[in-house]
Amino acid sequence: MTPLKITDYTLTTALGRGKQENINALQQGKTGLSPCHFYDIKDLNTWVGEVNEVESTELPTHLRAFTCRNNQLSALTLSQDHFAHRVQEKISQYGSHRIGVFIGTSTSGIHDTEKAYLENENNGVSLPEWYNYSGSHNIYSCAEFIRQYFALNGYSTAISTACSSSAKVFASAERAIASGLCDAAIVGGVDTLCLTTLYGFNALQVVSPDICKPSNLNRLGINIGEAAGFAFIEPATEDDDGFGVLGYGESSDAYHMSTPHPEGKGAALAMQKALNKAQLSAADIDYINLHGTGTPANDLSESKAIVSVFGSQTPCSSTKGWTGHTLGAAGIIEALFSLFTLENQWIPASLNTDNIDPDIMANINTLSRDTRVQYTLSNSFGFGGSNCSLVLGAVNR
Amino acid sequence: MNVFINQVAVATPGLHNWEVAKNVFNSNTPFEPAPLEKYKPQLLPPNERRRATSLVRLAFQVCEAIADHTDNNLGQTQTVFASSGGDYQIIDQICRALCKPERMVSPTQFHNSVHNSAAGYWGIATHSPAPSTSISSHDFSFAAGLLEAAAITCSENSDTLLVVYDTQPPEPIIFKRPITLPFATALLFSPTQCDNTIAKVELSLSPEKNDPTPCKHPEVELLRSQNPAARSLPLLESLATLQQGSHQIIKLAMMGEQTLALHCEKL
Repeated sequence: MTPLKITDYTLTTALGRGKQENINALQQGKTGLSPCHFYDIKDLNTWVGEVNEVESTELPTHLRAFTCRNNQLSALTLSQDHFAHRVQEKISQYGSHRIGVFIGTSTSGIHDTEKAYLENENNGVSLPEWYNYSGSHNIYSCAEFIRQYFALNGYSTAISTACSSSAKVFASAERAIASGLCDAAIVGGVDTLCLTTLYGFNALQVVSPDICKPSNLNRLGINIGEAAGFAFIEPATEDDDGFGVLGYGESSDAYHMSTPHPEGKGAALAMQKALNKAQLSAADIDYINLHGTGTPANDLSESKAIVSVFGSQTPCSSTKGWTGHTLGAAGIIEALFSLFTLENQWIPASLNTDNIDPDIMANINTLSRDTRVQYTLSNSFGFGGSNCSLVLGAVNR
Repeated sequence: MNVFINQVAVATPGLHNWEVAKNVFNSNTPFEPAPLEKYKPQLLPPNERRRATSLVRLAFQVCEAIADHTDNNLGQTQTVFASSGGDYQIIDQICRALCKPERMVSPTQFHNSVHNSAAGYWGIATHSPAPSTSISSHDFSFAAGLLEAAAITCSENSDTLLVVYDTQPPEPIIFKRPITLPFATALLFSPTQCDNTIAKVELSLSPEKNDPTPCKHPEVELLRSQNPAARSLPLLESLATLQQGSHQIIKLAMMGEQTLALHCEKL
């Protein structure tokens, strides 16, 4: 495939707002996780990666119908790193109908529906006046908000395959560009804290009461985080420098709705396909950003998949000890962290991991360090057995 | 983009399957909108079938109809699942549980709440390692699904199964999202013509607003606005009624000021 250059990007996680705050926290080994005090929750003993002051963000007047925590986090994020300004320049270059929008989310603005139901609990029939389903909870609301924010008149869609959603946006955008549907794209991912995911993952007994410790012996599960990340991507030309996505691989586990294949069969297939698409071999990859949720099942099956494709030498780490599991936003956030490793020739440790599970044979990196990074791979796996791996590197080799 | 349509399936009250739909579109039989019976997925193992929600069953009704009529190995076929809103009933049940003091969410309901639930079950049913994408473009989810599936078919030179489905939300969500009937359709695309090809479709997206093409059948036309997936009806009517070698252009509304034109040629 023609490499997709990441021309500009920005992100918000529990680590901070924009590129610099995120890279600083990563390089300083400072977690964004804290004990859960989200909303009115008093009965969940866990940690979360919460972004402060999301709901004080005001949306532009003509987009007020989209107001919800998810779109407020997007609006906050778009205001950073001169991203919106740079996208406007690209719109003048390409035309507003030639830029596609591909946004990944798992729960969109569902927290509005939760609040509307709580308000409705006493009258039983109608939902409150203020509640706007299509502008908030509907899966597409996050993509339509971005399309209208930039006054675009091109193809736009929301991709919702649980925790692989915003890795798959790169695949959909690549195919749309390759088939002439658009010339360039805004890709992104956004998910915010809500009761459904906090109590839902708790019901599945995968929410950790402790801080998330990916790949650790006796790890207790995930910490849920929230995040938004956006990138402007365009096909690389011969004289382009910079970094981008060189390949992607997608697969299905066909095993279970909420448990990964024990041998990581689908995950291995996604990684191999991403390498093939990038025309690279396993030995070319210098760093792997793990899906690494911190559940016993995920980390073990992912390790088995990695060993089957890469052996046990390639340095790997999960960054979920910093941000928590940002679900539908994890794909793009971790692709952008992988981009950091290329830009800074530096790889992160697996934060909070102090006693690696001896059954995990992948090479878990325990010390953040400067090193040569030419190519990286980033994994995202979701419920329903949806797997996506991305290969990133310099767009011209 | 050009794609070839090789199989069609539909399920909605009055158009229970593609054979019935063809007869209704050609006015061979009257349109009689009896409710859909609860569908029992044949390809799911019993334990998964028990967990399958009515939305997953609706999607399976059209997927399995395609499987029944094709020699293609659907266990190797890429899929696109397009639904405007996913599983409203599960969302309703979870939100009701969250109103109770103990906030006990059912783990099965939680894993069924993901937008890609039908895709996940379909992967399990067909033992398919092939990629699958689940999308939403609200009321334009059928048109977006067509573009997503066509882009896969053309850029990866592979067959693609598109499944488009939405069901009625329960009260109280239905007052905020009025979808008044269940509707599902599935189309099997290939990049080149095959023995069983029904039609060739050229898709072109333009940045101008046009009136969408209505159905010619007056009673079926009334369904079109009642469910986002029912925006597929003019294409289905065209596939059912066009004579071999004849053409029709079907216009679908898209987000913003856009139109997706489908140049449909019956083969």
